[in-house]
Amino acid sequence: MPTLSPLPNHAAVHPGTTWIKALLEAFPGSPLGFPGRREEAWRFTDLSLLSRIPPHPLDAATEHKPAPALPAPGPHTWRLHLDTWPQAGQIQWPAGIEPLSGPDLTLHLGKVLAATAMEHHWLTHLNAALTPQVVALRIRPGCHTCLEVVSDTAQRSGVLPHRLLLVVEEGATLNLVQVHQASGPSLTSVVMEIRLERQARLHHALVAHGNTSGALLTGTAVSQAPESHYFQTSVSTGWGLARQEPVILQGDGQATTHLRGLHWVRGSQIADTHSRVCFSGPEGKLDQVHKVVAEEEGRSVFNGCIQVPRQGQRTDASQLSRSLLLSDRARIDTKPQLEIVADDVRCSHGATISRLQQDELFYLQSRGIGAPQASRLLLRSFCEEVLAQLPPAARIWDPLGSLLEEGR
Amino acid sequence: MIRPDAPILLEIKDLHARIDDQPILHGVNLTIRAGEIHALMGRNGSGKSTLSKILAGHPAYTVTSGRVSFEGQDLLSLSPEERARKGVFLGFQYPVEIPGVSNLEFLRVATNARRQELGEEELDTFSFEDLVRERLQVVQMDPAFLERSVNEGFSGGEKKRNEILQMALLTPRVAILDETDSGLDIDALRIVAGGVSQLAGPHNATLLITHYQRLLEAITPDFVHVMAAGRILRTGGKELALELESRGYDWVDEELARIPSATPVGMS
Repeated sequence: MPTLSPLPNHAAVHPGTTWIKALLEAFPGSPLGFPGRREEAWRFTDLSLLSRIPPHPLDAATEHKPAPALPAPGPHTWRLHLDTWPQAGQIQWPAGIEPLSGPDLTLHLGKVLAATAMEHHWLTHLNAALTPQVVALRIRPGCHTCLEVVSDTAQRSGVLPHRLLLVVEEGATLNLVQVHQASGPSLTSVVMEIRLERQARLHHALVAHGNTSGALLTGTAVSQAPESHYFQTSVSTGWGLARQEPVILQGDGQATTHLRGLHWVRGSQIADTHSRVCFSGPEGKLDQVHKVVAEEEGRSVFNGCIQVPRQGQRTDASQLSRSLLLSDRARIDTKPQLEIVADDVRCSHGATISRLQQDELFYLQSRGIGAPQASRLLLRSFCEEVLAQLPPAARIWDPLGSLLEEGR
Repeated sequence: MIRPDAPILLEIKDLHARIDDQPILHGVNLTIRAGEIHALMGRNGSGKSTLSKILAGHPAYTVTSGRVSFEGQDLLSLSPEERARKGVFLGFQYPVEIPGVSNLEFLRVATNARRQELGEEELDTFSFEDLVRERLQVVQMDPAFLERSVNEGFSGGEKKRNEILQMALLTPRVAILDETDSGLDIDALRIVAGGVSQLAGPHNATLLITHYQRLLEAITPDFVHVMAAGRILRTGGKELALELESRGYDWVDEELARIPSATPVGMS
């Protein structure tokens, strides 16, 4: 696979953070170095895992480290493999999905990142400095295909950067399943920008299953026109470091945004979500639920920012963060951040951090169900609120893996 | 049905218990034989619910002295799930809602845990559905409730019916029903009481915790106990419930005043 990556083909450079700093310094217009704990957006997030990623493009699949066997796509599902990306000309796109190129691409690329100010985020800079492969697609009305974009670095090491642009046209509907998996020391860096035109609907499932030596940095910038709907359901487990930044702009309001997140951390894993939803027009709606299960020494960070400037009158937004802390050594930092200037809005928020409820456990035990099985049932119940929102096409990815199985 | 020679199922001897630092039970004595229906009455805060939770093994309560034997075994040394499997059933005053766990699956897991203890074969999904549909008739419950999450969005009456359905599936030796009649309208009360009566037999026993005579009109108790300040103050037949209905509980205060160590407690 040809690559434009600025990284050497093999790990001539030792791991560490020097290569990241050098990349960012060499990248034009990037004023940001390696973020430290003194920066608010990274205060609770330990990035040291990145220093253990071998700084070269993702290894090609070999006999010893084969590409993984993936579940077969469901019906009406079209799969795009990000880590074995063929030349664009070889792809037969399904009806209603067209690649953007030439002036169309120039017209759209980077615009949503700019409008949402995501272009200034560190993970966007890093992604750009890594010279990602770009996939840019237009979704036409009448598209009935579920689009699955998948990367699985499996046991291979290295860095996999990707950039996706989706323009969902007026009145079009898309089911998008975004899957990232890793089981080796790799960094998956994905920046996605999505433009939803009037009355467009996007059901976006993000299923990310990693391992303790893998890092995932994903940014999703969404610009919503009035009467558009954006539903995002994100489930992540297993990553040594998973940072997700969904940023949504309802530029003229009157759109609907649903965000559901479920993140399970254990061992030395960190799951960090920094979300931002901005209502620059009236009568926008947001319904956000962020859930976390933290066991062993797992750590989770949630920062949920809701911005309602003066133009955002009659915004109706709710945000709920619910975390289960299953061990004394686990840690959860959760912070709602409401920046409201408009005076006629409904914005509710809540955050709870608790253990499993003793009364609920007792109820199950009093029916003869043993404590371990009762705990599993309650954990499943906790997760189900988010899992139930995943489209059927996302379920084949077994979002929680074996976490709820007996005797793990 | 009182048979003096019937085997003792549950025997509580001088039971003292507390929650945190608050003593709640101050020496409860109660013997329940197979075939008997007992009613436990008393004001809020007298310790009735506490007694029921302690019998089921709620971890928030600490038994400080006394003992409880269930069919000759030390009940207090068993975990809540072991007690349930051996045949102690607590019908909750406030059944817990568990979103995301299907009622049918919950009932099946619970039923199979009990069946395993009884040496019976575990039921697969299909055989269990047959059983549960048959037992639904005991409480005249719509099968649609099986497909929903455990108690989620159930009305008060539906939750109580679901409790009696569980009792019908688990076939306990001793069923303790904690204010099963509270919050029920007349029809629901009739259905729930009918279910309890159907399930009562010569080999099991029932302890009904209630405030009101109206439940006891539908289910005739063999014994009525009045609880106050963490002990059983008086025991009689069904006429005692009628007496309470007409006289109220004021006499309890007078009787308590004659017991030097008795102090009212703050929790039920």
